[in-house]
Amino acid sequence: MKQRLVVIGAGMASGRMLEHIFEAAPDAFDVTLFNAEPRGNYNRLMLSPVLSGEKTYAEIVTHDAEWYAARGVDCRFGEPVVKIDRANRVVYSNAGGVPYDRLVIATGSAPFLLPVPGKNLPGVVAYRDLEDTQAMIDAAAPGAKAVVIGGGLLGLEAAAGMAARGAEVVVIHLMGHLMERQLDPAAGYLLQRDLERRGITVHCKGATKAILGTDRVEAVLLDDGTTYPADLVCMAIGIRPETRLANDAGLEVNRGLVVSDQMQTNDPAIFGLGECVEHQGQLFGLVAPLYDQAKVLAATLLGTEAAFRPVQTATKLKVTGVDLFSAGDFAEAPGREDIVFRDPGRGVYKRLILEGEKLIGAVMYGDTADGAWFFDKIKTGEDVTALRDTLIFGPAFSGGAAADPLAAVAALPPEAEICGCNGVCKGKITEAVAGGATTLEAVRAVTKASASCGTCTGLVEKVMALTLGAAFKPVENPPMCKCTDHTHEDVRRLIKARALKSIPAVMQELGWKTSGGCASCRPALNYYLLCDWPFDYTDDRQSRFVNERNHANIQKDGTYSVVPRMWGGVTTPTELRAIADAAEKYAVPMVKVTGGQRIDLLGVKKEDLPAIWSDLNAAGMVSGHAYSKGLRTVKTCVGEQYCRFGTQDSTGLGIKLEQLLWGSWTPAKLKLGVSGCPRNCAEATCKDIGVICVESGYQISVAGAAGLEVKETELLVTVATEAEAMQAIAAFTQLYRENARYLHRVHKWVAKVGLAWCRAQIEDPETRKALADRFEESQSIYRVDPWAELAAKPADWAPVADLSQPAVILGAAE
Amino acid sequence: MSHFIDIAALDDIPRQGARVVKTPSGCVAVFRTLDDQVFAMDDRCPHKGGPLSEGIVHGTQVTCPLHGWVFDLATGLAQGADSGSVATHAARIEGGRVLLSETCLRGRAA
Repeated sequence: MKQRLVVIGAGMASGRMLEHIFEAAPDAFDVTLFNAEPRGNYNRLMLSPVLSGEKTYAEIVTHDAEWYAARGVDCRFGEPVVKIDRANRVVYSNAGGVPYDRLVIATGSAPFLLPVPGKNLPGVVAYRDLEDTQAMIDAAAPGAKAVVIGGGLLGLEAAAGMAARGAEVVVIHLMGHLMERQLDPAAGYLLQRDLERRGITVHCKGATKAILGTDRVEAVLLDDGTTYPADLVCMAIGIRPETRLANDAGLEVNRGLVVSDQMQTNDPAIFGLGECVEHQGQLFGLVAPLYDQAKVLAATLLGTEAAFRPVQTATKLKVTGVDLFSAGDFAEAPGREDIVFRDPGRGVYKRLILEGEKLIGAVMYGDTADGAWFFDKIKTGEDVTALRDTLIFGPAFSGGAAADPLAAVAALPPEAEICGCNGVCKGKITEAVAGGATTLEAVRAVTKASASCGTCTGLVEKVMALTLGAAFKPVENPPMCKCTDHTHEDVRRLIKARALKSIPAVMQELGWKTSGGCASCRPALNYYLLCDWPFDYTDDRQSRFVNERNHANIQKDGTYSVVPRMWGGVTTPTELRAIADAAEKYAVPMVKVTGGQRIDLLGVKKEDLPAIWSDLNAAGMVSGHAYSKGLRTVKTCVGEQYCRFGTQDSTGLGIKLEQLLWGSWTPAKLKLGVSGCPRNCAEATCKDIGVICVESGYQISVAGAAGLEVKETELLVTVATEAEAMQAIAAFTQLYRENARYLHRVHKWVAKVGLAWCRAQIEDPETRKALADRFEESQSIYRVDPWAELAAKPADWAPVADLSQPAVILGAAE
Repeated sequence: MSHFIDIAALDDIPRQGARVVKTPSGCVAVFRTLDDQVFAMDDRCPHKGGPLSEGIVHGTQVTCPLHGWVFDLATGLAQGADSGSVATHAARIEGGRVLLSETCLRGRAA
């Protein structure tokens, strides 16, 4: 049988408690809910916006009649409870008794009224509920005179709300400055100045002597003799727990209804919740701890163990246009030190209070953006000694080292280079922005900055942000290019989902806005298609960038470089002789050893490419793909065969890996390294994929970089055998091929998807094998030497016609 | 009226690609679009001299392979925010053959 739960008070705390209970155990209780106010729960924190006219009552209702009905709550709204009979477990209203198994007293607080003559005159209100709010709204007509007694949180919100409706408002405050419980005098001063600018009169150190009037309120008289005329007086000097019912029932009450950590009173069947309770001598008025109480009480009622532990709370004043934040303890005391920042011109004041090595309080006015960060430091009680020098400047300067990235860019002189690829300096970008280029696309078009490798895009955006200020909107995930509204990720997904198997099919089905795409989307589409449909898609040479189309790297003068593959960096006298012969035969201007352990022949004319390839093919060499978004090299050290430290055959593994991976196309270039021991002579830990051999096996790490960015690899998996290492690397390569955006190197992709996700795929034996199998399927098509095929048609590489000889011109003229 | 010179079969030029014709004053790139139009212009980007014949052809435009300038094949004008132009030459198809105006044999303006 269901237990009978009776709740007295439909406020924010009990509302939250009921939510928790109905979520966890919808059928645990039959609930009866009493409320003295003739309505259910609404967000009392939002009364101020209702008063100022920024919100309506309907907007702040949190639980409507439907909500209660759906949960079978017996609502007794407008029906105050008059008595609790603990012996028989029955509560009484004037309509009769309701028995309970469990009773929750959540009667909230009552406004504290000054015991002065005239306090009961019509026109004197508190500021607790909707009736009070409505009374103030009615009274606060333009030109009406209102006096608010009390310059705390509530009083000031009442004053600002009535002022917003056009009333002439005076705030009378007993203490030396406003909100003295939350603010120190300096911040209180700034607040007073702001309120006075809004036409509110502030009278501090003002003690109210009497409220004057005959039939209704007419004026307020202070001890110092000052009189303020008033059509309405709002008393907002404080609240006290509403404990009359509990008191009458003989429950333990000090300042509030005394509860345990479980929110239980001294009667085991009765619980207290909200502003009416006292916990370890403390009262609660802000919503955060009340919500914590609600959670604990719901758990207690459902038989789960929980304990209420009050936490620090922070305060924000809900007056539009006033930025104020305070948290923790900011009273002056021995052993406490202050850090203060002032900018009087802007009305900014920040004060941090330290005790020992901890931050214990923060007061901010005018600029409260870092409030949450400071509040976190107060709550965690962490040691802030190391941050102290820059602590007041907030997270942007935390630690002093990680300075605000914008500030760093702001400090750059105009001639500082931003885009290394295209040699664009900061001044050129700011000029372009000033000239009307307000989007990244536009800046790219005008200056070429970030138009090549794109690494500087973030930097360019920062320069734009500095120049444009708030008008700058960075693009989170921009479309693939101007030809489409789809992102790279969308296009990859749709190619698979809709089985699109050609570039025209993609452009047609995905609504390309241009007829033939552009130089940006076509290479990407070509890659995505050949990766996803190795058997169905035919590589489109005309959608390849020049280097991949010509299987050689174009140089600035239009010549090319030729790099034959040297498996694992190992060569032979025969190969070296063939390379030397080719270099002489084709008058290669430069022969250079590359960083990938092979030899580069630079300055070869395009029409000589097929012949030089043939010669190298004849010596048993194939293309090194030094130009491709694909496998470049596997760099190795000498390993156990010769090295006295080598633990495994790193050279042999490198050769096998290169033979496994060569010819594969990947989103961006792919470089590997295999080191035979942790001394890491092959520099494997800055490669896309690196292997470190150890006595017990192979550590495979990924996502390194040693280009525009430098980054160490991170461990993916450790395996025991060479075969497992090869399978894991094939699988990881395929994972990268299938998921990364075109032109994203491994490290950039891993940063996006997370190493943990990659590791989970590779560690799962089935997924790993499936990936490795798909890689091998693709390789059955692509593990071929492009040179051999292309060298067979040398005519394609020469000019289609030679009109440079006069005889030819005459012969062909007619 | 200018004379045209037969330079190649249309099929010698790949769709969305180009071939080069050598002339006494430098190379001319002859482009073929996806829909079999042909265009000819000097094979030299005004920016840094890149071989436009090696660029990616899209629509009736080509993107220079060196630094990504885009040119309209019909007018030779740089697109977008870049300013500059490449000398163009008349070209046409007749009976599966590509003909190039002999103006390409005269001296260059630039």
